[in-house]
Amino acid sequence: MISDISSFASLAPAYPELMLAIGAVVLLLLGVFMKKGSAGAIASLAVILLVIVVGGMVFSDTTGVIFNGGFINDAFARYMKLLVVGASAFTLILSFSSAKAHALDKFEYSVLVLLATLGMMLMVSANDLMSLYIGLELQSLALYVVAAMKRDSAQATEAGLKYFVLGALSSGMLLYGASLVYGFTGHTQLDLILTAVVEGERSIGLIFGMVFLLVGIAFKISAVPFHMWTPDVYEGAPTPVTAFFAAAPKVAAMALLLRVVSVSFHGIISDWQQIVIFLSIASMVLAAFAAIGQNNLKRLLAYSSIGHVGFALVGLSSGTQGGVEGVAIYMAIYVTMTVGIFAAVLSLKTESGYVETISELAGLSKKRPFVAAIMAVLMFSLIGLPPLAGFFAKWHVFLAAIEQNLFILAVIGVLASAVSAFYYLRIVKVMYFDEPVAEFAAVPRELTLVLAISGFLVVTYFVTVGSPLAAAARVAAGSLF
Amino acid sequence: MTLPLFFFYVFSIIAVASALMVIAARNPVHSVLFLILTFVNGAGLFMLSGAEFLALILIVVYVGAVMVLFLFVTMMLDVDFASLRTGMLQYAPIGVVIGLILLAELLLVGGSFVLTPQLTASAVVPITEGVDNTRALGQLLYTRYVFLFMGAAAVLLVAMIGAIVLTLRHKTGVKRQDVFKQSNRKRSDAVEVVKVKSGQGL
Repeated sequence: MISDISSFASLAPAYPELMLAIGAVVLLLLGVFMKKGSAGAIASLAVILLVIVVGGMVFSDTTGVIFNGGFINDAFARYMKLLVVGASAFTLILSFSSAKAHALDKFEYSVLVLLATLGMMLMVSANDLMSLYIGLELQSLALYVVAAMKRDSAQATEAGLKYFVLGALSSGMLLYGASLVYGFTGHTQLDLILTAVVEGERSIGLIFGMVFLLVGIAFKISAVPFHMWTPDVYEGAPTPVTAFFAAAPKVAAMALLLRVVSVSFHGIISDWQQIVIFLSIASMVLAAFAAIGQNNLKRLLAYSSIGHVGFALVGLSSGTQGGVEGVAIYMAIYVTMTVGIFAAVLSLKTESGYVETISELAGLSKKRPFVAAIMAVLMFSLIGLPPLAGFFAKWHVFLAAIEQNLFILAVIGVLASAVSAFYYLRIVKVMYFDEPVAEFAAVPRELTLVLAISGFLVVTYFVTVGSPLAAAARVAAGSLF
Repeated sequence: MTLPLFFFYVFSIIAVASALMVIAARNPVHSVLFLILTFVNGAGLFMLSGAEFLALILIVVYVGAVMVLFLFVTMMLDVDFASLRTGMLQYAPIGVVIGLILLAELLLVGGSFVLTPQLTASAVVPITEGVDNTRALGQLLYTRYVFLFMGAAAVLLVAMIGAIVLTLRHKTGVKRQDVFKQSNRKRSDAVEVVKVKSGQGL
């Protein structure tokens, strides 16, 4: 009756999503009809599919709003989608060598990762509270299943269940907020909400709804105080799944947050700014102190990711275009570092299985100097030492905050980053100065490649990718304002 | 008091009361039955506001399918609900306080909530006269909201894959029917005709 889809060509802005959706279903059918043991082939095909999708996004830049305002493809969406799809592809590659040990050698794993990626792309492109929710649920549901995929392990099942229950709670809050926002503005489309917010005086109901929306999204990016699930889920889920959780969904949820607050609630910056500042400070400080006592590598990385979300939110709390640009750069660098760290974790295997505790890293520099060197570089980058990429990530977000006179926030951020240096450096110390105890198995070739790429990008950030990335982030942020 | 208003209060009071009973009932089977009662009254409320399609779908899908399944599961699972309940009294005061705070906040919000008189006119998709509920929904779902419809389909696909991945176990050592094998079986595979001379045996 009323639709703006008149021909197949009018779907052009959504071609990457269509390609991914159809590809995922085809791979599902292939997996069902092929013989057992085809999981590896399906996983490789899934990576190829993701690469094709990336290619499609790079070469076709059809932007626009389709599906009656439900779906938007702009420079910001393209930037974030490239990050999401890239992160998914790399984390799938990470799972190749260890799939069997982590009970992920089923073709459904790759298909679910593809469908989760599709959900994330829909989240990034959502221009309506309803499509936002559909994308979020598609992503979350696939992630719950993937977390519990190692079904004979009590830990993985617990992780899946915990993630499911808390995820359902956060979805409920988000929906409640969305219904209040709709009730008080009369619109679900993000840009129309903006006009309603600007025109009318802001009502308590609208603020109430916005707070609930933010709470729902804060759960997904695991910002303190909505972070409780993160360490348990990261620890319990199989390591390749943890790598996936730490990279792609964070970017998608952060993109969602950026779009919602800077498109819909641009008129009431002061109302959400204080919430974002609180989330940011709480995340940075709690993560810095809570990670100190961790002995499990995955738990430590969970707290580290909570801390990094806090740092990224510093950029957002400025509420300016420069701030969004800073967050976009931050997420790109964060994904690069996270993929690298997890490649290192997954490449370390002793006779007793994959390395999970920090003490097992003892003497790594003597046994596996390459992995140890890359890991040390990544740790320095996570702390934010110049001239590594992590420094520039923090520099961009803190600069945006200082330009808006948020000095206290910036000072707390720098202090938290100094505290967090302790636990990152502890890993370096264990790798370089402790006596080796265990023998490590050979590092699979594809992990060496991922480690090399990640290390190269982090070390040479300033001279190679730095300026093109900043330019892309500027264009992306510009399309939101 | 008009008749619709009377029925509105009847349905709402029974719905709220039976919702309370869902969590208060000792027997889990009773809880499920009260939940069904809540849904039926919700359907009544939908009917009063002119959404007959939603009302019937609520009865058909929720009461007819989901709740019956729920009832089966509750009856089959041997869960000791009495022991699950032991901590409840301990947390009740906190729960009551949180509930009261939420109620107060909701009243604060709801107090300022007034439906504009031109609400139906300013709707995203205006209601056309003479088109019944089901037709109007169908016309929108497959055109304007086709994106959300397909997205929801993808969510259901993920749910299906997830349920299979997490629960299906291929048991070994179980005799299964293989139709292809069965129909390909020739007489020579199964029967051997042997001429037995009398008095000699095999």
